[in-house]
Formats: sequence, C-alpha cells, structure tokens
Amino acid sequence: MSHSTAEPPQRDLHALISEHSGGEGPLLPMLHAIQAAYGHIPQEAIPLIADALNLTKAEVHGVVTFYHDFRETPAGRHVIKLCRAEACQSVGGAALADRVLGKLGLDWGGTTANGAVTVEAVYCLGLCACGPAAMVDGKVVGRVDDTRMAKILTEAGA
Amino acid sequence: MNIYIPRDAAAKALGADEVASAVATEAAKRGLDVQIVRNGTRGMIWLEPLVEVEETTGRRAYGPVTAADVPALLDGKLEGLGAVEDIPFFARQTRLTFARCGLIDPLSLADYEAHGGLAGLRRAVAMEPGGIVAEVTASGLRGRGGAGFPTGIKWKTVAEAQSAQKYIVCNADEGDSGTFADRMIMEGDPFTLIEGMAIAGIGTGATKGYVYIRSEYPDAIEVMEAAILLARGAGLLGPSVLGSGHAFDMEVRVGAGAYVCGEETSLLNSLEGKRGIVRAKPPLPALEGLFGRPTVVNNVLSLATVPVIFEKGAAHYAGFGLGRSKGTMPIQIAGNVKHGGLFETAFGMPLGQLVNDIAGGTASGRPVKAAQVGGPLGAYIPVSQFDTPFGYEEFDQKGGLIGHAGIVVFDDTADMLKLARFAMEFCAVESCGKCTPCRIGSVRGVETIDRIAAGDPAATVILTDLCDTMRDGSLCALGGFTPFPVMSALRHFPDDFARRKEAAE
Ligand SMILES: Cc1cc2nc3c(=O)[nH]c(=O)nc-3n(C[C@H](O)[C@H](O)[C@H](O)COP(=O)(O)O)c2cc1C
Ligand code: SF4
Ligand code: FES
Ligand code: FES
Repeated sequence: MSHSTAEPPQRDLHALISEHSGGEGPLLPMLHAIQAAYGHIPQEAIPLIADALNLTKAEVHGVVTFYHDFRETPAGRHVIKLCRAEACQSVGGAALADRVLGKLGLDWGGTTANGAVTVEAVYCLGLCACGPAAMVDGKVVGRVDDTRMAKILTEAGA
Repeated sequence: MNIYIPRDAAAKALGADEVASAVATEAAKRGLDVQIVRNGTRGMIWLEPLVEVEETTGRRAYGPVTAADVPALLDGKLEGLGAVEDIPFFARQTRLTFARCGLIDPLSLADYEAHGGLAGLRRAVAMEPGGIVAEVTASGLRGRGGAGFPTGIKWKTVAEAQSAQKYIVCNADEGDSGTFADRMIMEGDPFTLIEGMAIAGIGTGATKGYVYIRSEYPDAIEVMEAAILLARGAGLLGPSVLGSGHAFDMEVRVGAGAYVCGEETSLLNSLEGKRGIVRAKPPLPALEGLFGRPTVVNNVLSLATVPVIFEKGAAHYAGFGLGRSKGTMPIQIAGNVKHGGLFETAFGMPLGQLVNDIAGGTASGRPVKAAQVGGPLGAYIPVSQFDTPFGYEEFDQKGGLIGHAGIVVFDDTADMLKLARFAMEFCAVESCGKCTPCRIGSVRGVETIDRIAAGDPAATVILTDLCDTMRDGSLCALGGFTPFPVMSALRHFPDDFARRKEAAE
C-alpha cells in the first residue's frame, strides 16, 4: 500500500479483474489488487467488476464506499496514517495529530496543495505499547514525537 | 553465532530493521560468522528493539538497542540485560499460548517442532473428531475475541451440523485499541495458528479455513502468507493433513479498514465480498455462516491456544485460572505505562497489580487516573476498583468487560469528557449503519457531550437516556457497548464533566 512515486504500473484493468474473478468471495481481494495497482478504485473499474462478478454497479459501488481503505480518487504521493485511538491518546497522540494537521493546514483525509502528502486517521495499528503510532507509506513508526514527525514530513516533501 | 532481532511490527516501529542491517554490515566488517534470525517479540515493548546474542552459555539480551549501539554489541562492550527468562516482567508469566513467541524463528518448521510444535496436531489426528471437541470443552477455553463464549460448545454445534462444506474462519481483525496479541502471535509463531485451525477443521469436519487479517497489519499478513505456503509444502495443510486422510487448507484474506468487520457476522459478509453489515442472529454462524454454511468463527488467540491444550492435555490447561475463567490470558498492557507489552498469566491477577506492579505505573511518572479495559467498548475503571481480579465474571460484575484483554492506562492529565466524546465519535465513524440508535445516537452523543462541555447541565440527563437507548436498541456490541466507556467516565469522573460548567459560568 505504498504510494511513493507517480507512475502506477498501468496494468490492464480487464486482466487484473479476470485474474481475481475466481475463488470464493473475490470482490475484496480484487478491489485491493486494483487499488494497489492504481492507487485508487478508478470509476471505469466499477462496471467492469460488476460485469465480471454478476453484480449490479450499485452493489459494487456500495462495497467500495463501505470500507475506509478504498478511495475513489488518488491520494497524495505519500500517505501518513496517524493513530487516533485511545492508547495513543494516553501518550499525547491527539495533540500531536492536531499539530500535524494544523501545520499542514489539513483536515483528516486531506492532501497538501503540492500533492506530496495525504494525512489519514487510523484507529489502532497494534503499536499501543509504543505510541503515538503512525504508518508512513505502509511502514510502521512508533513513539512519534515532533522531531520524528518533522523528519517524516520533510522526507515526504510536505 | 545466532543473533535474534525481532521482525515484530512494534520492534520495527522502534528501529529493528535499522539494527538488523547494522548488525549485518558490522559483522561483515569484523569477519564474524553471524546468522541473523528475525524472531517474534518477547513482548517487552519498552525494551525493543531487544536483541539476543546466542552464546555457549545461552541467549543474552540487550535492549533497547539502536543502530549506533551495534559496534559495541558485537565487540562485547554493550551492557546487557542477561537472560530474557530472568527479567522480572518475563519471569512472572505463565506462557502457554505464547510459549514459543520470540523464542523461535517464526518461519522455521524445524524450530517449531523442536519447541513442541505439531505435538498437539499429531495427538488430535489420532483421535475421533468427537474426542477432539470434547478435549476443547474440557479445557474450559472461552473465546478470546471478547464475548468469552465456550469454544468447545461452538465447535460441537458445527461438528453436528450436516453440510457438504463447512468452514473455519479465524477472526484476525483485532481492532481494539490497546490490543496487539493477535498480531504478535501471527508475526512471532504463525504455525501455532495454522495448527490450531487444522485441529478445528478435523474436529468439526471443516476442510477450508480463512484468516481474516486487518489491512493495518501488513507485517502479520506477510508472515502468515509465508507460513501457510511452508505448511502446505510440508503436508501440514492440504488433501491429507500430516498423512491423516483429513483434508484441510486455508488462506489469508485482508480486511479493508472497518472496525465493525471484527464482529463475526459483519466479517462473514466482508469475506463474501459484501458490505460489512452486521447480520441478525439467529441464524448462528455455527449453523449458517460463510456462504450459508456451518462455520466456526474464532479469534486468533482462541485458535492459537488449541495446540498447547492438545500438547499438554485439557486438564493441564484447565488447572490454571479463576472460577469459570480457565487457563491463561495473554494480557496486553498499553498506553501510558512504564513497562508495556504482552503479559500472559493465569486469570485472576488483580488489575492494580498488573498496572502498578507488573507495568510499573505510568510512563509519565504521574499518578494513574484510570484504565480502559477491553478496547473502545470497555469501561474506564477508576483506581478505586483496581482490586478487581482479571476474569470474565469479575469484570462483568463491575459493569466492565475484559474483551480481548487490552489494558490502556491513563495518567491524571487524561480528560475523561474528551475520552467519552471520542467513544461516541468512534461509534459514529465505524457504525455499520443498520440500527438507528447506533448510527444516529452516536452522532447525538457527540453533540450532547459538546453541550455538557459548554456548560449545559440538562445535557447530562439526555446523555444518560441516549446511552440507555443505544444499549437496549442496538443489534451488536458497537452500538450496544459504547455506553460502557461513556457512562463509566461520567459516573466515576463527574468532575471532568462539571469543571467546564464552572469555567463557562
Ligand atoms: C464491533 C465488534 C468488533 C469485534 N471485533 C473483534 C475482533 O477484532 N476480533 C475478534 O476476535 N472478535 C471481535 N469481536 C467479537 C466477534 O463478534 C466474535 O465474538 C468472536 O470473533 C468469536 O470468536 P471467539 O469465540 O474465539 O472469541 C467483535 C465484536 C463486535 C461487536
Ligand atoms: S449496533 Fe451499530 S454496528 Fe452494530 S449492527 Fe447496529 S448499526 Fe451496525
Ligand atoms: S491505539 Fe494507537 S496503535 Fe493501538
Ligand atoms: S435492530 Fe432494528 S434498527 Fe437496530
């Protein structure tokens, strides 16, 4: 789930969909594969998926929108997920998140104007004994403080 | 020389990968013959990255180690911690489920077998399926996912159901804040879960298993997928498990960031490729579960505890614990604590001993204010109730729950009104949308708490009524139990709700 550079491996949508059409309950694995390849679920994928799985377009769209992971538009080049849950709050996670969002002028889910960074909320990363926790382009980071965060943001080009 | 450097996500989050590459570089420079083993964590997160160097006299631990410490480590100049087994936090545990975690190479079947792995499955394949289910029942094992339902009874229902296809579904959605035991065992001892699922399959007549892992756990997904491939290659999974003639195979499925998908029926819908809406019960998943077939849905820890029950016998397991809470519980101590991590012990230790003695109190050094036990749907327990023994019934009697056994500690700077507001906000964000009290009530809950914060005294009564409605009118525990953290905060910490009134006046 890394979004490091802007060149999505332009794999043919049809091929990707047919590759994942087999097996039991194929829709979620298929959506994950599409998002991994394109960084989001492109609008044009919906009718193709519906066709392949014998579902209505509304059903496919309903699934895409139900899950927080699936996005309908591309994210920034880097995705920083900050844990908002209780254990991270107990060690200053909420205040840290406020400072990050404030500094970047973003709300949760927002992307910086230069397209470098999207900041998303996550509810627990299983790093609750070493919070505040974050995930940067799929990599876990523990005990995040202002210095660590400033370095992450600089490296991401925020 | 073997050097153990954990691959556990918490160790990585604290720099274990950097330490591992420094060890490789520095060892090469020195011409040392070093084997780096990426083990699981020993569970003492405040010491991560915890590196163990294997010497003729045994493994010696160092931690927390940084990449800069590595030259000193290899030159024998770094101060160590001695043997892990002698560190008090570790020495005081009873490790049954987690016996191998951190000790072995998670992806070495030989290592697994050398430390008791597969002994349980070998015993199980020689038994009648009915005997397998009876053994689990006799162990007293209760579901570790939260509800504490007896695992043997669930298996019996599935075993007795007639169907051409049955399933074992492992719930690895572990969404509760303050919990990470599922993640740790999957990253540190994945074959235990595979072995437990194979035993469940043979005992109930299910031939297909799924592990539904949350997408927030990329490391666990990677290790589980690799372990399944190795297990299949070794004949531990496939058409004839260990040559027994019983078929069982399994695969990993990845969630998509929905907390409610940890609820078992929502999880089944998600596995089927649908929206993760909660299903009404009955029908029980045991009778009409995945694709309408009889299905065992069990938490990771429930299934990962099955091998040791078969290895050591049900009576051995049931010999630990307190009252109807039998065996051991991998307790996760998190949040604002000095010594956080995984502490497996027999049920019955008082909460205060876990927080103050085992975990050493707060990391900040300030007084403890409260502990939230059992995740975001669990109550905030004030210090005055810290004598409560850790057990299902004992917490229930105090208006709380142990859930998946996460303890999140807060110091006296915690604002209980903000935490109550967060509980409502979380419910609103994660609601599956099926019930009005959950979907709309939680949004009203946030607004009502904001009114209390703004100094409206009448709003407290409204909040109480709202919680009653959510508790009584919700289909699942997301809407139904969100009142636990909210009302416990209000009841035990009224000052945090009143102080603002004064500020407003
Ligand atoms: C909102 C909600 C979230 C849940 N999340 C989890 C979870 O992440 N993991 C889990 O094992 N059980 C979770 N449960 C409990 C499951 O519904 C179910 O009881 C459990 O998987 C059964 O397995 P067990 O008997 O081994 O505990 C959740 C329940 C609710 C209502
Ligand atoms: S209580 Fe909430 S999450 Fe549970 S079924 Fe109802 S709406 Fe869905
Ligand atoms: S609460 Fe933040 S990682 Fe678990
Ligand atoms: S049970 Fe009917 S609305 Fe929730």
